[in-house]
Amino acid sequence: MTSILLVAELDEQDEINQSTLQAIAAANGLVDAVVTVAIAGEAPSSANTLAVEKVVTLAEVSVVDEGIYDQITADIYALVESTSPEVVIFGKSDFGSVVGARLAFRSDSAFAGDCIEISNGGDGFSVTRPVYGGSALAEFDIVSNPAIITLRSGAYEANSETGSPSVEAFDSGVTVEHAVSVTGTVAEAREGVRLEDANFVVSGGRGLGGPEPFSVLTDLANALGGAVGASRAACDAGWIDHSHQVGLTGKSVSPDVYIAVGISGASQHMAGCSSSRAIVAINKDADSNIFKEARFGIVGDWEKVLPSFLATVRELRA
Amino acid sequence: MTVRIVVLAKQVPDPETPPSQFKIDESTNSVIPPNGVPPVVNGFDLNAVEAALLLRDSGADVEITVMSVGSDFVMDTMKKPLAMGADRLVLVDDSGLDNIDSSGTVKVLAAVIQKDGPYDLILGGRQASDWDQAHVTLGLSEVLGLPLVSLVQKLELNGDSVSLQRVIPDGYQTITAPVPSVLTITNELGEPRYPNLRGIMQASRKKPEIFSLSDLGLSAHDLAPRLELKKLYIPESNKQVELIDGEDEADYGKKLALRLREEKLI
Repeated sequence: MTSILLVAELDEQDEINQSTLQAIAAANGLVDAVVTVAIAGEAPSSANTLAVEKVVTLAEVSVVDEGIYDQITADIYALVESTSPEVVIFGKSDFGSVVGARLAFRSDSAFAGDCIEISNGGDGFSVTRPVYGGSALAEFDIVSNPAIITLRSGAYEANSETGSPSVEAFDSGVTVEHAVSVTGTVAEAREGVRLEDANFVVSGGRGLGGPEPFSVLTDLANALGGAVGASRAACDAGWIDHSHQVGLTGKSVSPDVYIAVGISGASQHMAGCSSSRAIVAINKDADSNIFKEARFGIVGDWEKVLPSFLATVRELRA
Repeated sequence: MTVRIVVLAKQVPDPETPPSQFKIDESTNSVIPPNGVPPVVNGFDLNAVEAALLLRDSGADVEITVMSVGSDFVMDTMKKPLAMGADRLVLVDDSGLDNIDSSGTVKVLAAVIQKDGPYDLILGGRQASDWDQAHVTLGLSEVLGLPLVSLVQKLELNGDSVSLQRVIPDGYQTITAPVPSVLTITNELGEPRYPNLRGIMQASRKKPEIFSLSDLGLSAHDLAPRLELKKLYIPESNKQVELIDGEDEADYGKKLALRLREEKLI
């Protein structure tokens, strides 16, 4: 038997999020898998039919712990100590990346972040993860116990399997004194659909040459009912707010259509959009790496291409 | 009183290396350094150096130590933070570090920080552009038992605490952390400054302070890897782009929309 602890996250509707469902599919694919899902706070009713052995509820992540994760790290550490799983799986979110890494070092065990594959054979666990910004893949054997990993969103597909897990609460008995205090949250104003949820994303990069062209991209995104993204270069140049950044250190998107305008297609950028159904590249430079990643491409000047594209999109959707 | 800041910095292959020049030696599972492209200091670590320098610019009395662990250091590369304005460069340079993983790196950093410290702030970049693990600085906070705030885009010293902005997906949190704390710095902080000529001259005269593993009471045995690299390779892409053709660029745009409709994508 392979004992697996999977730490769930909830979405904005307080339902089990897609990354967690994907991780359940990944975990169930391991040899002799016996999967426990840990949920912080009250479990949604859908947790009762997850295709796992057991659901464990932990104390809710309180506002003071949000983003700092001192309490939830202590709670999960206590759960790991008491149940001794062989592998602990998180989604590669901010939460998973911070809590997973801290848990690994607190329990003096192995950490592998942003994995796209996990397997177990005779000799323990192996993982594959993109490295060098996605230019290469690395396969590792994990040689300590437990193995703590985060799984890249979209690496596995969620399936419709159901089960009837037992549900129990776990109280770590630990109350953390927060040395760090969150004093407030400042939200950037957002118009329209969330970038992560959009079916269409129109992204701009260095090739746009300045901040003004983003208004053209916004028009196009609005016509498609989508959202505007950007490469890190465009964000660092101050042309658009960092909350629009798509990529390894920005947001991960998986729209039906991802339109990359003036983006060279560095592997770090592609890491955030490669699970899109179709990538469309518009770039003047025919040798640009983006054309190696795209399904449709236009070698040309976006200033001449986009107006007719936008006009035709409007006609088609009218 | 001087605020002692240590900035963790890693030497990495230049991530701007064009994909055509990025090559791997599969017999040794390592990246082949491209001809004539020297390694660089990891970009996010330069953001962390910049964060420390901004504290100095704001009038704080700070001493900035840059610290790295590895072997085969290229001194022109590692002196860049000094040229930007950092005060000291501390290296743990030992061939015994050739095969360690990041769990080993954290142990070595913890040992040298305990020997060279105490420090008031420990800063690192949000992740390194080679292995992209983003966890050394986080792990260090666990091993040293110090408070941690990740993804800091702004910081301000107020006596024995720091006021921080921490990036979240659609904005930021405002946070107060005690001194000492461990912080990871993100590129939203702003571009690292370019060294000026005076900085470069001063850096060229500074000598790094070098430790070996035995200076730290560590041996390669203490640093056995948790992850064993079995295979490193460049994934094959079988994608074939369909280039949209037409009379002129305006026509390309129209044809693209029609083609996407044909595929039921819009």
